[in-house]
Amino acid sequence: MIRYLYANQLHQFPKLARSMFLDRADQFKERLGWEVAVDRAGEERDDYDDQNPLYVIWEKPCGGHGGSMRLLPTVGRTMVNDHFIHLTDGVRIESPLIWECTRFCLARDTAPGTAAALMLAGGEVLRGFGVEHFVGVFDARMVRIYRHIGASPDILGSQGEGRDRISVGLWNFSPEAQARVAARAGISPDMSRMWFEHAFGQEPRLRKNRAA
Amino acid sequence: MTPSLDGILQQLECAEALEGLQTASVALRDHYNVAHIVYHWVSSSGQQYGCGTYSPEWVARYVEQAYLRVDPVVAGCYQKFHPVDWKRLDWSSKASRAFQKEAIEYGVGNQGFSIPIRGPNGQFALFTVNNDCSDEDWANFTETHRQHLIILSHAFNQKALELEPGRTPLAAQALSPREIDAMTLIAVGYSRAQVAVTLSISENTLRVYIESARHKLGALNTTHAVAKAIARGVIVV
Repeated sequence: MIRYLYANQLHQFPKLARSMFLDRADQFKERLGWEVAVDRAGEERDDYDDQNPLYVIWEKPCGGHGGSMRLLPTVGRTMVNDHFIHLTDGVRIESPLIWECTRFCLARDTAPGTAAALMLAGGEVLRGFGVEHFVGVFDARMVRIYRHIGASPDILGSQGEGRDRISVGLWNFSPEAQARVAARAGISPDMSRMWFEHAFGQEPRLRKNRAA
Repeated sequence: MTPSLDGILQQLECAEALEGLQTASVALRDHYNVAHIVYHWVSSSGQQYGCGTYSPEWVARYVEQAYLRVDPVVAGCYQKFHPVDWKRLDWSSKASRAFQKEAIEYGVGNQGFSIPIRGPNGQFALFTVNNDCSDEDWANFTETHRQHLIILSHAFNQKALELEPGRTPLAAQALSPREIDAMTLIAVGYSRAQVAVTLSISENTLRVYIESARHKLGALNTTHAVAKAIARGVIVV
C-alpha cells in the first residue's frame, strides 16, 4: 500500500523508515555511484531529510520499503534551487503551487508496478492539495521507467552522460495521465484515493464494505 | 460592493504596519462572504502574533486558556505544508470536543480550511478561512478557491516577515533573464504556445517559469503579474 508520511511521523513505522534509507543507500550510492552520504547504520540521508519533508512510500506486504519519493514545497530550501539551477535556465523555481520531488527510489526486489504506484500517489497529492506541478531531480535510468508507466516529465535540463546523466524535470496532473498510470500500477483509482484520504484523516470510504 | 482580490493584495503589499494585516483579513472575509479569516504566526524567536476577524472575546479566551495546546488545528498543521480541512483533523478527544463546542459558542463557524506556512528559521504560520455551512457547500468553496487562498496565505506571511521587529527585510527575489523574457512576450500579447516556441521550451516549462515569476512578484494571476512587472520596471514593453 501507499503511505504518506512526514519525516516526523516515520518513527511510527521503524521498519519501513529504516528499509527506505537503506534502499536509498543501495540505489544512489551502490548502483548509481552518486556522491551521497551514507551513515554508519548504512542509511542515506541528506540535509533535505531534516526539513520535515513528506515521503510517499510504497509499503510491501511484509511492512518493508518497496519504493519512495520525497516532497518539499519550493518556497523553502530545495535541491533544484540549491544545486541544479544551471539546469533550469537559471530560473529559481519557487511557488507554493510547485513542490519538489526528489530521491525517487525503488527497492531491488520490489514488485513491478511500484514506480507507477508512486506516480499515481504523486497525482493524488497534486489533485488533493491544489498543487500545480512537481519539479524533480532524477537519474538516467528513470527516464525509461517514467516513459514505460506513461508519466514522462518535461525535461528542463540535464548534465552528465550515460548512466551518470542527471536531469531536472516537471510533472503536472491530467486525469488521462492519471488513468494511464493507474492501469500500469494495477491499482484502482478508488483504492489510490482511499490510501490518500486515509493518510490525511478522511474516513476510508470503503470501510462499510469490510467486516464490522 | 465587495473589494476585489487584486485590490486587497495590493493594499496588503503596501501595508507599513501590522494593522494592514488586520485590514486585509476583514476585507477578505467580506470578499469571500465567510464567517472568518484568521492569520496566526509564531516568529523564529517564539513570539506569537495573530490577526483576523474572530471576536476579541474568543481571542482573549483562547489565550487565557492556552488553547494553543488543545486546538486540533494547530496540532494538525504544525510542521506540515499541505492545506488542511478541519474535518480531516482528529476531534475525538474530550478536550477537543469541548474546545470546538466553546469555539462555536463564541461565533467560530463549523467549517475550516487552514494553510500551514513554514518560513525561514523555524517561523511558522497558519492562515485560516472559517465559515458556517454544509459539508457540501464547504467542499465546493475550498475546491474553487484553494489556490487563491494558498497565494493569499503566502502574501500574509511575506508581509508578517517584513514587519517582524528587528528583521532586515529580504531583498525581493529578482526575476531571472528567462522569466523576464517569458513575461515580456506575454505582455506584448504572445499566446503561451508562441512564447514557448520562441523560447524553445515546452508549454509546461513555460507555465512553471510564469508561476515562479507570479510568486516572486506577489501577484494573484498572470495578468496581475504582468501589470506589476511593468509597473516596477522589471520588464519594458
